[in-house]
Amino acid sequence: MRALVWHGKEDIRCDTVTDPEIEDDRDAIIKVTSCAICGSDLHLFHNFIPAMLPGDIMGHEMMGEVVEVGSGVNGKLRKGDRVVVPFTIICGECEQCKRGNFSVCERTNRNKQIADKVFGHATAGLFGYTHLTGGYPGGQAEYVRVPYADATHIKVPDSLTDEQVLFLGDIFPTGWQAAAQCDIEPTDTVAVWGCGPVGQMAIRSAILLGAEQVIAVDRIPERLSMAEAGGAITINFDQESVVERLNDLTGGKGPEKCIDAIGMESHVTPSQPDTILDRAKQMMMLESDRPHVLREMIYVCRPGGILSIPGVYSGFADKVPMGQLMNKGLTIRTGQTHVNRWTDDLLHRIEEGEIDPSFVITHTVGLEQGPEMYKVFRDKQDSCIKVVLKP
Amino acid sequence: MNVTYISNLVRSEGDPKVLRSGPSSLGTADQLAKALGWFSLALGAAEIVAPRRFTRALGMEGSEGLVRAYGFREVAAGLMTLSPDKTTGLWSRVGGDALDIVTLLSGLRHDNPKRANVACALSMVLGVTLLDFVGAKATAARHTRSKGQRRLYHDRSGFPKGLQAARQARRKLPTQSRSPSLAPSSAA
Repeated sequence: MRALVWHGKEDIRCDTVTDPEIEDDRDAIIKVTSCAICGSDLHLFHNFIPAMLPGDIMGHEMMGEVVEVGSGVNGKLRKGDRVVVPFTIICGECEQCKRGNFSVCERTNRNKQIADKVFGHATAGLFGYTHLTGGYPGGQAEYVRVPYADATHIKVPDSLTDEQVLFLGDIFPTGWQAAAQCDIEPTDTVAVWGCGPVGQMAIRSAILLGAEQVIAVDRIPERLSMAEAGGAITINFDQESVVERLNDLTGGKGPEKCIDAIGMESHVTPSQPDTILDRAKQMMMLESDRPHVLREMIYVCRPGGILSIPGVYSGFADKVPMGQLMNKGLTIRTGQTHVNRWTDDLLHRIEEGEIDPSFVITHTVGLEQGPEMYKVFRDKQDSCIKVVLKP
Repeated sequence: MNVTYISNLVRSEGDPKVLRSGPSSLGTADQLAKALGWFSLALGAAEIVAPRRFTRALGMEGSEGLVRAYGFREVAAGLMTLSPDKTTGLWSRVGGDALDIVTLLSGLRHDNPKRANVACALSMVLGVTLLDFVGAKATAARHTRSKGQRRLYHDRSGFPKGLQAARQARRKLPTQSRSPSLAPSSAA
């Protein structure tokens, strides 16, 4: 089969690889009908997250048709079923899964010993996302093996298109969780840093969850236009001070809720000198993450507010102002998304026509164009916001 | 056998393994930047570790400190050239090349017995400068954001029933969709 394979920093190729095979009774093989390039794939593209190996198949947003199931799937999944595959692999039985904390499932990371050493305690296995999270081959491929498939799936009805449901596997619940963990009140202002795909979903989720005012921060005009269409007031940080404008829009008090949909690779610009220092330190391996957004959120957030962090951080971030954080009594909520905690509700909202996540798709191409699309997406060329691949 | 195939050893039996590689996302300009980045690191390391070899060969004894400083500059430029900010790295190399040229020109004086070596080094630096310049222009062109069409997305709300309806859609989160602090502890 064909698959997008990581060969090194910025080196993705559409390779011919062997087909995946059932290894365990609870496995299933999915014929991928649609998959997507996620913003967090770019951290791997840049080799900022450790433990990728040449030959690893990329991709953790995919859906398709079940073509083979192991004997232990016990009828929960049958050949021909149409499923979205969540990026977090879950057993559905461990203590964390039973609590709904699916992204920290205790059983599915097959490299648990390494992850225990690095993280203190292992987190769930993830598709196509380094050997720290199990080294499972990803879904930017014609076929993917889904471990623990009896639990790791979201069945979707034929009445909805791939484009409408594909993002249930990652960016939609990720944006939703980011907003939900803000505990939004009807009088709240929610500020969202980053208008990439997760930021766009977070903006719409905050609107649906009843925020009085949603403010989006970015610098790319097309992304800001999409944020505005979703109901956000926009701030272009290339043209105005984020802190001053946020304070203006909130009567000088700052937003109650702040969402970091950027993560470890915040934009480097001379108008924000800390970003230059962070980039230099990251290059010299003195720091793994560039936490400018985190610093800005802590500074501008209203005392007693909540910081929600769906953006991916990989390791160590310097100069995080703990004094401001502590004295202002801010709450931080973060984590990889507990996808299956949210998907029943979100699928229902899509079916009801409350939201259609396909709005974010700007490019649909064949799998063989994937390597080029990584570049287009990373460089934000051709007004690219979200790429869907059709294997 | 390259690393891609060796890494198949750590994969489980049912995991796909690479049989044949396709074209890379790295373009010619990126490959050139990568080569120049590694060259920069190697040259910089040599200048830091053995500055006297350079000064002796060029008849510029006494300038070891300067060579070592240039070595650190080369390493910094190399790291940047190998990073996603390769265009900035390559332009910094062009700037460094200019410094190298000015420094070498001062060694072309008639009383320098190693004048021929300096001329040879100068021609090499000029060649590398040309490569750096071409690389910087090519990577800038390849990775500029202005490639392709400019579109705005004011018509993409994502709310089929409209923004107003979405603002009024707030309803209680279902039990399983509450934030972690409110999640029921059904495992207990």
